[in-house]
Parts: sequence; C-alpha cells; structure tokens
Amino acid sequence: MVPLSYYLMLSGFLFACGVVGFLIKRNIITIFMSIELMLNGVNLSFVAFAAHWHALAGQVFVFFVMVVAAAEAAVGLAIILAVYRTRETLNVDQVNLLKL
Amino acid sequence: MNVHLILFLAFGAVAVAGAINLLAQTHPINSALSLIAVMAALAGEYMLLGAEFLAAVQVIVYAGAIMVLFVFVIMLLNAGVEERTQGSRVAFLFGVPGVLLGSILLGWVVLRHSGTESVAAGALPGDPKTIGQLLFHEFLLPFEVTSILILIAIMGAVVLASKPPSEPTRKVD
Repeated sequence: MVPLSYYLMLSGFLFACGVVGFLIKRNIITIFMSIELMLNGVNLSFVAFAAHWHALAGQVFVFFVMVVAAAEAAVGLAIILAVYRTRETLNVDQVNLLKL
Repeated sequence: MNVHLILFLAFGAVAVAGAINLLAQTHPINSALSLIAVMAALAGEYMLLGAEFLAAVQVIVYAGAIMVLFVFVIMLLNAGVEERTQGSRVAFLFGVPGVLLGSILLGWVVLRHSGTESVAAGALPGDPKTIGQLLFHEFLLPFEVTSILILIAIMGAVVLASKPPSEPTRKVD
C-alpha cells in the first residue's frame, strides 16, 4: 500500500523538472523533451487518481494525452526541421524572429 | 515496508534520477536516453497501479515511437553539445527561492491534505477489454475527434518538413 501523496509528489517532481528544463535549456530539442516530461508527470497523477477514486475514465484520459503528445511531437519536430533548415542552428537564443 | 512500496520506490528512484539527468546532460542524445528511462520507469508505476494496458502503451508509443522520432531528428540535424548561456541574474535571484518555497508549500499541502489513504497494488484493473469498452462507448466522440487531430497533425508535419519547392531562393537579409 502506497499513499496517494507519494504518487502525487513523484508526479509533481517530474512536472517541476520539465518546467526547469523548459526554462534553462538552450537546445530546442531538449526544450521539447522537457515538455514531454511534463506530460508524463501529469499522466502519472491521472493514473494515480483513477486508481484512488476507482474511475477508469482517468486511464482513458491518459490515452488522449498520449495521442495529443504524439501529434505534438510530429508537428513540433517538423517545425524544428524547418527552423534548422532556414537558420542552421538549434540554439533558441538565436531563434528570435518569426520571419527571416 | 511491503513489496508494493519497495517497487514504487525503486521505479520512482529511476524516474527521479532520469529526470535530473535530463537536466544535467548537455548533449541532447543523452537527455533523450534519460527521458526513455523515465518513461520506462513510469510504465512500471502504471503496472503497480493496475493500469496494465496503459503500461504497454506507454512503452510502445512513448518510449518507442515518440522517442525514436526524437532520436531520429537529433541524429538528422547532427545536434551537438549545447552552449550554456548565462541567464539573467534577477531570474536566478528570485527563481531559486521561489522554487524552494513553492515545492515546500506543495509538499506540505499534498502530505497534509491528501490524507493517509493508500492506493493498493492493482487497485483498478485497466485491462484492454474494459478500457476498450469505455473508449468506444462513452468516449466515442472524443476518440473520433482525436483521429481528425491526428490526420491534421500528419498533414501539418508533411507540409512543414517537406523541402520548399526550388523556386528562386530568397536572399536572407
């Protein structure tokens, strides 16, 4: 038996790590991975609450989060490819204009 | 210390170590590999919570498909070690105490107010049959809407990633 709060703390820690990575990282791909880490942290709390309240809908929501994450990853990585093609850099400090 | 708690702590330690390693590494491929470790550990946590189908999907879709996409792009773009830049001093000055304060407050609230109720191992069996029934009865409309979202995402990715037609290249000024 694991207290629900342990799951929530782990989930919160993963989300916080994602936020920190989003803010301090300078590589656009790593920033993108930090977003995935945040989504994973949220998913864990979804599943923990689903088990706690005996509501299976929480697990179905995790599916939708995964689907949206997959779509986001595909589009985001395509955008990264386009950015790299025009700017030849992955450093977000040098990507500060929408249009060249 | 029962087996459930020990397993939770083991998987949680892997997840925490992976998340910290993601932040500490400077090469994106190392960050990607530690993110895969985090996702595998989370699949173990899902298994502990009884969400067996979700655990399988987590490994196949997240650690498999999405991370392969990431690693593929990292290798395609030949991404190297990122150069660190100094953040603004004000952000550092206020960010670190803010993070400490916020995490202490959050931990206190979670520990204090979520009570001592525990989640039993395998508390809510999420096998493929029940998940599927729920997904195709109560969540049929969202399911169909997400299929349209996926279609749009495919088209967007193809349009964005395809090379622009070789019209006269505009000069960058």
